[in-house]
Amino acid sequence: MGITLPILILALPLFMFLLLGIGGVKMSRKVAGVLGILGMGTTMTLAYIVAFTYFFSGDAAFIVDGVRQQFQVFDVTWLAFTEKLVVNIGFLLDPISAMMLVVITTISFMVHLYSWGYMEHEGGFQRYYAFLSLFSFSMLGLVVATNIFQMYIFWELVGVSSFLLIGFFYRLPSAVAASKKAFIVTRFADLGFLLGILTLSYFTDTFNFVDMTSNPMQVLTQTGGATFLGASVLTWAMVLIFTGGMGKSAMLPLHIWLPDAMEGPTPVSALIHAATMVVAGVYLVARMFPVYCVVEASMTFITVVGAITAFYAAVVACTQVDIKRVLAFSTISQIAFMMVSLGVARDHMAGVHYSGLGYMAGMFHLFTHAMFKALLFLGAGALIHAVHSNDYTKMGGLRKYMPITHWTFLIGCLAIAGIPPFSGFFSKDEMLAAMFGNSWLWGAWMTMVAGLTAFYMFRLYYLIFWWEENPEYKHHRPHDAPWQMSLPLLILAAVSVVAGFIPFGTLVTWDGAPYHIHLETPVAVTSIIVAVAAIALATVMYRKKNPLPTKFKNAMPGLWQAAHRRFYWDEIYLFITRKIIFGIICTAIAWFDRHVIDATMDAFAKVTQKVSYSIRGLQSGNVQAYVLWYFFGAVALAAITWICLL
Amino acid sequence: MDLNLLWYLVPSVIMFCCGVYGFVTRKNMIAILVSLELILNSADLNFAIFNRFLFPGSMEGMVFTLFAIAIAAAETAVAIAIIINIYRAIGSTEVNETNSMKH
Amino acid sequence: MVGNIILYFVVALVMVIFSFMAVKTTKILRAATYLLFVLLGSAVFYFQLGYQFLGAVQVAVYAGGIMVLFVFAILLTHRPNDPENPLRSHRRIAGVVASVAGAVLLLWSLFTMPMVEGEGVRSLSDALAAGPDITMKMIGRAFTGTEKYQYLLPFEAVSVLLLACIIGGVTVARKR
Repeated sequence: MGITLPILILALPLFMFLLLGIGGVKMSRKVAGVLGILGMGTTMTLAYIVAFTYFFSGDAAFIVDGVRQQFQVFDVTWLAFTEKLVVNIGFLLDPISAMMLVVITTISFMVHLYSWGYMEHEGGFQRYYAFLSLFSFSMLGLVVATNIFQMYIFWELVGVSSFLLIGFFYRLPSAVAASKKAFIVTRFADLGFLLGILTLSYFTDTFNFVDMTSNPMQVLTQTGGATFLGASVLTWAMVLIFTGGMGKSAMLPLHIWLPDAMEGPTPVSALIHAATMVVAGVYLVARMFPVYCVVEASMTFITVVGAITAFYAAVVACTQVDIKRVLAFSTISQIAFMMVSLGVARDHMAGVHYSGLGYMAGMFHLFTHAMFKALLFLGAGALIHAVHSNDYTKMGGLRKYMPITHWTFLIGCLAIAGIPPFSGFFSKDEMLAAMFGNSWLWGAWMTMVAGLTAFYMFRLYYLIFWWEENPEYKHHRPHDAPWQMSLPLLILAAVSVVAGFIPFGTLVTWDGAPYHIHLETPVAVTSIIVAVAAIALATVMYRKKNPLPTKFKNAMPGLWQAAHRRFYWDEIYLFITRKIIFGIICTAIAWFDRHVIDATMDAFAKVTQKVSYSIRGLQSGNVQAYVLWYFFGAVALAAITWICLL
Repeated sequence: MDLNLLWYLVPSVIMFCCGVYGFVTRKNMIAILVSLELILNSADLNFAIFNRFLFPGSMEGMVFTLFAIAIAAAETAVAIAIIINIYRAIGSTEVNETNSMKH
Repeated sequence: MVGNIILYFVVALVMVIFSFMAVKTTKILRAATYLLFVLLGSAVFYFQLGYQFLGAVQVAVYAGGIMVLFVFAILLTHRPNDPENPLRSHRRIAGVVASVAGAVLLLWSLFTMPMVEGEGVRSLSDALAAGPDITMKMIGRAFTGTEKYQYLLPFEAVSVLLLACIIGGVTVARKR
């Protein structure tokens, strides 16, 4: 494969960003929208060509004896700081990056198309498309990075685009606050990421992924058993790198930015905060997977963090009122699902017939989740577009008014709940099988989370489309969205239905060797039973207006309130920042700043001012005084000269 | 006993110092100009004296004095024009009353 | 010889006394008159030093031209012998200190400076004998040539300066 197509995949969105960003003000909305959609459509086509060439051409560069190879299309020196510290920039083609190319460009194109209808009446339409292109460029650069430093650079770029798009409605104080929050929280996480990169590359002398992952045991020997605070340096490095992933993928306790990020336009939430950017953390772990396998402790850490986050987010999602926040917590929960799946996978494990199943299943779920979660968000966007509110109490009984949205949303809900034959069932089943393969504890725990998922999704579904009709519909009759918005919904719904039948195991595995998916009957049956039971419970509680939910709520008010307030994480952060950091540490530092540093500077200024004030009479403009002083000076100099000569 | 360099320089020095005193202490601008002429004249005299006693073969000091006299004449003329203009404007030629432009 | 010395003493005494009085008198017209005496004394010194042309210029330009300007200016801005408008001074102590210190330092350095025998202590008659008489022809050549030690360019520059000064004086002083 030549390098033209891969370079174009990156260059086209960047060009569109520059074109729309610089020239956008001179364009009409229609021109900018069509340009953006055409640009993204072309990028999608190119990405499809590249991915299909990689997967199906059978070229010796891509597949040898049925094992898929990692292929660096190009890898050029970009910044050579020292002999060892060299930052390259390149394009790595391997199963996960090829899959991500498809996911990103597909969702991005759908969102471009959808936004044409959704953003029709908003200001800054051209700016919006420019930012979408910037995001697409950054995300594509992230997934094809050949080395961890390139990934870090694009990692920050997606952070910036996310910041720009969350704060798109910059006149809303809440949007501005949310964008700042997202940026600052991920910034703290990225600090850990950077420290991890530096620690790791200090020992390996390379940033390159292929070098590190092809021989992970060498990485271990290179660190030479150095330890820090009781853990090996490599463990620290891998956990720190994972911290970056925790920030981007909204794992506990760095998840607080994601629900607030829903202040951005809904298509942006679908693209960035559901399908692509937030799975960057999962992608990072998958990318470094062989090195993680070397360090057992870091894998356990990933599993535990993921498991706790998945359960926490699922519980919180059951109590939220804002439909986008329900979806946001659902996203957190599902990404945590993928994290657990990766955490339970190993390069080899005794007594398990395929130890890399978790990896494959996690990637599979990443793919299917991107499709159905984007579908759900776009559906939510259509609802918000129709009702002008994010709040489900303003909805209810919408199935008659918005049939397309209703059916596609239902498909999304069935997919995420794991009902066969929808795509979510297959990927979730593989994940659960992998978890049971590792330990029954993780399997049982995550099956429970899957049940909760089915429950809160159908709670949301019934509250929006059944429950009780909002009387305001008589004045303002909601209707289905225009074709630009309905078409992506239909396409994504179709993908969500059939994606489960993709032979994913033959395409994406951790070592490139194919694996043939087969359903684990006990696991599949258990998960179907749990999901159906949860859906049944949701049907009983929410199908028609009834007092049951209120009774449940009143039966355990403490728990409900805590979950509704998201278990007070925001309050904890505010307490730590406001009371402890600002209140105690900053007060002392501020005192030092004011009374020592400032005071020293003030003293300089005051002395200077006083001295100048006292001698300002010299600059009087009175020539006679000048002559007098000049003469005195000349006499004094002459006298000094004479004294020295004597 | 004969006249030499020092004899001529002494009155020049005294003239110069009187000029400085007058320049610093006078309030009237024309009187200041008078003091200034004293200083200038002392410098002119020095050129001629040094030329005569140290370099009797040449005449550069004298030429320089001639130029200085010409320029002093020009300077005085302009200065007096300015003083007259100030007198017209504020009715006085005292230096401490000419600061009205500052405010 | 002796006449020269007597003349020197008389003139030196006149210059010292009148320059002192020129800065001490309280009557502006008298100050100008004392200045005239000092300038005339300088002219006598120039004659004594063998610079007849310079002395003549001193008398003509300074004592003649500039003094007339002064007198004009004084008469334009003062009534003669106005008892209500004497010359005032300020900063007397500072002025005395500055001028006395300057005089002491200069005279001290004058009398202690090392003199090269036959050069610095050369007497006036020796100095006059050592150089040629300055004739008008020499001066004329010096001012109209462009060779070394000839000053046509400064001469012309001064003429331009004088023209500028005439125009400037008229512009500044005329009534608007």
